[in-house]
Amino acid sequence: MKNITKRFGKVTALRDVNLEVKEGEVHALVGENGAGKSTLMNVLSGIYPYGSYEGDIIFDEEVCKFNKIHDSEDKGIVIIHQELALVPYLSIAENMFLGNERVSSFSNGIVDWPRTYQRAKELLDLVGLDEDPHTLIKDIGVGKQQLVEIAKAVSKNCRLLILDEPTASLNEDDSQKLLELIAKFRSEGMTSIIISHKLNEISYIANSITVVRDGSTIETLDNSNHNVSEDRIIAGMVGRALTDRFPKRSPEHKISDEVLLEVNNWTVHHPLNLKRKVNDNVSIKIHRGEVVGLAGLMGAGRTEFAKSLFGRSYGVNISGEVKMNGHPVEFKNVISAIKAGLAYVTEDRKGDGLVLENPIASNMTLANLEEVSKNLVLDKDLELVKAKELKQDLNVKCASVLQNVGNLSGGNQQKVLLAKWMLAHPEVLILDEPTRGIDVGAKYEIYCLINKLVESGKAVLMISSELPEVLGMSDRIYVMNEGKIVGEMPRSEATQESIMGAILRTSGKKHIVEQ
Amino acid sequence: MTEILNMFKRNSLLIALVLVMIFFEVLIQSFDKGSLFSPQNFTNIIYQNSYVIILAVGMLFLIIGCGNIDLSVGSIVALIGAVAGVMMVNNEYNIYMSMAVCLLLGIVIGAWHGFWIAYIRIPSFIVTLAGMLLFRGLALIVLDGITINPFPSEYLKLFTSFIPASREDAASTTMMITLLLVAIYVAGVLYSRISKIKKGYEVEPLVAFLFQHVIVIAAIIGSSILLGNNKGIPVILVLIAVVVIVYAFIANKTVVGRRIYALGGNEKAAKLSGVNTNRLLFLSYVNMGLLSAVAALVCVARFNSASPMAGTGYELDAIGSCFIGGASAYGGVGTVGGAVIGAVFMGVLNNGMSILGVDANWQKAVKGMVLLFAVVIDVMSKKRVSN
Repeated sequence: MKNITKRFGKVTALRDVNLEVKEGEVHALVGENGAGKSTLMNVLSGIYPYGSYEGDIIFDEEVCKFNKIHDSEDKGIVIIHQELALVPYLSIAENMFLGNERVSSFSNGIVDWPRTYQRAKELLDLVGLDEDPHTLIKDIGVGKQQLVEIAKAVSKNCRLLILDEPTASLNEDDSQKLLELIAKFRSEGMTSIIISHKLNEISYIANSITVVRDGSTIETLDNSNHNVSEDRIIAGMVGRALTDRFPKRSPEHKISDEVLLEVNNWTVHHPLNLKRKVNDNVSIKIHRGEVVGLAGLMGAGRTEFAKSLFGRSYGVNISGEVKMNGHPVEFKNVISAIKAGLAYVTEDRKGDGLVLENPIASNMTLANLEEVSKNLVLDKDLELVKAKELKQDLNVKCASVLQNVGNLSGGNQQKVLLAKWMLAHPEVLILDEPTRGIDVGAKYEIYCLINKLVESGKAVLMISSELPEVLGMSDRIYVMNEGKIVGEMPRSEATQESIMGAILRTSGKKHIVEQ
Repeated sequence: MTEILNMFKRNSLLIALVLVMIFFEVLIQSFDKGSLFSPQNFTNIIYQNSYVIILAVGMLFLIIGCGNIDLSVGSIVALIGAVAGVMMVNNEYNIYMSMAVCLLLGIVIGAWHGFWIAYIRIPSFIVTLAGMLLFRGLALIVLDGITINPFPSEYLKLFTSFIPASREDAASTTMMITLLLVAIYVAGVLYSRISKIKKGYEVEPLVAFLFQHVIVIAAIIGSSILLGNNKGIPVILVLIAVVVIVYAFIANKTVVGRRIYALGGNEKAAKLSGVNTNRLLFLSYVNMGLLSAVAALVCVARFNSASPMAGTGYELDAIGSCFIGGASAYGGVGTVGGAVIGAVFMGVLNNGMSILGVDANWQKAVKGMVLLFAVVIDVMSKKRVSN
């Protein structure tokens, strides 16, 4: 891609971008959110048609003028978007050939189902997915859905595969499988471009790494020996060396001995499968001024624990004892949990956290409207003042607090979500994947904020699937696996190995008991 | 100047309404069929649309709160009208007691819907479709399939009289009341602006502020001159004004209103922020039932009869008003003011076409097209803004 410039109205999203991908390599594209990576890939795949940008796309030494996605697919360029484009109530095979149906020899309007399912099975074998192609998409996990997308891409005679954050919603296990699949395709001669925020994966898989910043390509690093360090990549992304990805707390900060939140023998059953225990005898303690990490694989029951604790927002037949400040409390509903000083910042900010169509200000005050109202009548001016203060404190980048929150970038949305819960004045904050899908700069700001919270005497329970983050931020770490706490370790003793070890050692046990 | 332009942009619907009014006025004048703005016709428009506005306000809260609609309001209007007829006409019960029973019945019907929709989570489309058949059937049963009239004159007076009662001093009294209202309005607006400045809050630019309120005041005084030249202020207008002001206040200025917007925008987020979403949904339907009862009482007074076929198609008028008024079919977006303007828009369309003598079948077709294109324009203009 040569000298690509793309403008949206007055905003220049890409400025004179050059990208050279060699045949048969895995080329990683990294950069902060909003740097222009996805825009660049949309230009390449014909989503933005020829003429809407400046510059040339050269594929196989030939200048390409794609007017629609089909044009680029004909050349063998296939893009898999971060948000999977699968239809939940159609089968794997139907999804795979959607828009590209295997038709019968009689007529182009009639689908040849036997051939469809036959070919689907072959493709599934190729990507190593052992599923019946008749299975509905909604019944398989995200990791497998990702593989279906790849199989779909392969079915289009793909020569250049573009993957936009393919592992963002996968656990470590599925991510690993996916990367191996990409490596396998590489050995068979396929070229891939991979966009990712997970730097360890990039240094593992990529042959070259191009850094995009503010709509321009900054540099291309050669990683054929896998010797480019994560810090080197970050330095390129943010334009400065981040000496420490995790900010230090002030040296005077001490964790008090006072136990702020204590949960004993917390047991929760699955809402649809009453026999299944989602949490089994979970007991944790959080002290004032402490950041406690809750590590584990996806599906370990961490979010379920947080939600069930937070006013029984999840699960049935919940039992166990909760103490705040040493006094037994019961959170019958969300309101009582908020009143008692608990806040739950969800992992799914778009689905469970924000009202995207509403302004920033009203999102910020939603959990504590009492503070900006008198006798149930809102004081909108006061609300505006509060929202502006929070915007300033959390460095939310927006034109006005009356802007809809849906128009903000992921990092700024996350800050609005945090602002909402800070306004509720909690004592204990449960942060569920607080930095998922946001860029390095915003992550750092969120870490600083977590430090500020505990320095002011609050307590934080941080659920995170990113082990470096858990290790970098926590004072103490609980490890959860299959609904149980399987390890507790102070920061000084915790390593990635010891956490993974605790998980792996306990993973088998359950099966033995069940048999 | 840019501030005024911005204001026009924000009030594009109102401008569309004015344009439609001018369009009809020109046509009506050129065919020499009188005037849209004759004192008599102005009063008529208010009468003809009173029930639509009341129903649209209730419907709006359902649309905001869950992106859903109540298909049964027309049938509820018929049933409650029937009950009112049986009580007041056939049995000659006390009219106030009868009205109280009717309002209570509206609340019970709303609670019936709300229970199934909010707590049992049956899709509202199905529950209210069932209600549409159920209550229409009950209305037929209560009335035995016949229309009953006339209603006691004491009751009719409550809804169809004018302030002042005598026609001679209509103009002067109307003007006096209007000026008093304008004075209260000006005082209120000034007070809020001054207190904002005092507290150091942000205020809108002076030009936009003056422009906006001068237009409102001019519209109020203009309407009052028209009303004064007829019979004075219709009582029904007072009722509508009270309903609109109360519900606009709830939507804009109260905690409940804010929570309804959040519920419609993202129910899960609202729930996790401590909003009792089930109860809020339930109450929205109870409120719709209550307002349906109010509309029923207005309707029987206007037609001076209780008919089993009353209220047919009212639900569609109310729904149409909300969507023309900019409410989103997905929930979370909409304003009371918009719904009222939407209702008046439909009303002016009906009225204008009737005066012009447009065939009733054509009137329906035109209304259908207008509803579609009003929403199309709304959606397209929003798209352009976000790009």
